[in-house]
Amino acid sequence: MAVPTAQVQPASVPLRRAKGPVSRGEPVAGYVFLTPWMIGFLGITALPMLYSLYLSFTDYDLFSSPHWVGLANYRRMFTYDPQFWHSVRVTLLYAVISVPAKLLTALGVALLLNRDRRGTGLFRALFYLPSLLGGSVGLAIVWQAMFDRGGAVNEFLGWFGISGKAWVNEPGTALGTLVVLAAWQFGAPMVIFLAGIKQIPPELYEAASVDGAGAWRKFRHITLPMLSPVIFFNLVLETIHAFQGFTSAYVVSNGTGGPTDSTLMYTLMLYLRGFQDFDMGYAAALAWVFLAVIGLLTAVVFRTGRLWVHYGDEA
Amino acid sequence: MDEHTAPRRDRREGSRRREWARTAAVLAVLLVVLYPLLWMVGTSLKSHTEVNNNVGLLPHHVTWSNYHDGWFGLSVSFGHFFWNSTVIATSVVAGNVVSCLLAAYAFARLRFPLRGMWFAVTIGTLLLPHHVLLIPQYILFKHFGWINTPLPLIVPKFLATEAFFVFLMVQFIRGIPTDLDAAAKIDGCGTLGVFRHVILPLCRPALVTTAIFSFIWTWNDFLLQLIYLNGVDSFTVPVALRVFLDSGGENSVGPLFAMSLLSLLPVFLFFAAFQRLIVEGINTSGLKG
Repeated sequence: MAVPTAQVQPASVPLRRAKGPVSRGEPVAGYVFLTPWMIGFLGITALPMLYSLYLSFTDYDLFSSPHWVGLANYRRMFTYDPQFWHSVRVTLLYAVISVPAKLLTALGVALLLNRDRRGTGLFRALFYLPSLLGGSVGLAIVWQAMFDRGGAVNEFLGWFGISGKAWVNEPGTALGTLVVLAAWQFGAPMVIFLAGIKQIPPELYEAASVDGAGAWRKFRHITLPMLSPVIFFNLVLETIHAFQGFTSAYVVSNGTGGPTDSTLMYTLMLYLRGFQDFDMGYAAALAWVFLAVIGLLTAVVFRTGRLWVHYGDEA
Repeated sequence: MDEHTAPRRDRREGSRRREWARTAAVLAVLLVVLYPLLWMVGTSLKSHTEVNNNVGLLPHHVTWSNYHDGWFGLSVSFGHFFWNSTVIATSVVAGNVVSCLLAAYAFARLRFPLRGMWFAVTIGTLLLPHHVLLIPQYILFKHFGWINTPLPLIVPKFLATEAFFVFLMVQFIRGIPTDLDAAAKIDGCGTLGVFRHVILPLCRPALVTTAIFSFIWTWNDFLLQLIYLNGVDSFTVPVALRVFLDSGGENSVGPLFAMSLLSLLPVFLFFAAFQRLIVEGINTSGLKG
């Protein structure tokens, strides 16, 4: 970092940058460069957030002015909006199943790919492709058709004599198709796993081989603990991502969250209340509860992470 | 070559067999993973009757009519929607690259009061779910009369609101030796000169990464476009696809697939062109797809 370059420069130059007086005009320049960010932060992030906090205590339909109702929105949410609790359940179920499914697939394929040989780069790229395309409307449309009665999935099951059904139209299985779509996009965490596996010193495996450890024990006692920071990173990222899922649920359910609310993800419900019912006050309250839950969840994940994440420098 | 040769050859044979099994497993998984994409291509080339009768991968008769039917499937042609999407995505690229670099330079290199606090705020907004801003921003932009225009999707990006890219660039600029700044200053460069002659040229990799992901994310984005664009003239490709899906009957599967495929094509081409860079980008920064 601090490469000595004093032979060619007056010693005062690096010193001044390090802790001397700030050069004249630099504070001004700093704020000049920061102006767009500052306008953005204050104008379309901070103040709108405060405004939405205010809105969450009002009844507001966009056309008449907001009408203060106190805690009524929150009371409605927690006590007499069955859809609220329902969508919380749907979102939790989606996250709890799709995140482990995605991460296990990612880890499995990463372990399969982890050999330096020709083609690994190409495979890595091809497995990654769904992560780029999977969040789009175009792909969700294909997904819906694939899991429909006459779709590719039923054809595949037909080979094994299993008669399929319209998976996207049944309350019991519609969310499952979204889980599969999420797991299909395992490429991004896989790439991160691959990089993590490459970081594990080969001496550890050699030493374990000398001690007579088999493949499973090496995986269990070297790969998993050494990879735990990466697993943790992926877990945090994917959990937050899963909670915000919207596009696939919207497209597969035709914007309703159906059949019978089985794909009513939280963000979809927020959208429907805000932009279909124009119940802006209630939607703002929903958004704030969402923010609080995501914050709480991140805190919990970080706290429990201490129990199982192993950082190399602690040992 | 001594008495160890025989067992070693044995072992090599075993490991070669394992190697084959491994490759076979990778290929099998790959086929499953890519099947939906291949199926989409195949189905988009099938005729109306074949779409309903043949669920397989390949069409018996290749027809391009779905592309024509889909392109003109709504009252406005898809060419218009592609144009709208392109305008928005390229504007967002320009906005993110310029505004995030300006902010990142200030955070990484300049000293001014409260810098630490503002940077902490930026990190804080990184984890903020956008949904909290959905409603108040909609009200704000409605006030400006921006509904049904691309402005709500573009203008915020010129104000460095993508904290992620600010963070990415700050990290990148921190890796550039400050000696270069000092040398430039001796040569008479001011704050602006250092930015222009040192930081800007050396930041190119970070700028390219930002540009690629800005484009792909904006191209794929749906929620914001759905909220702000509600007249058919202002539709982007995803919004148009969604309306097409809603309006179509039994016979629209082929055209719908054709247009879905076209909608994914720009992202795919970006991926093909910048594959290495994109995958490395994930590695170094945990970028999401």
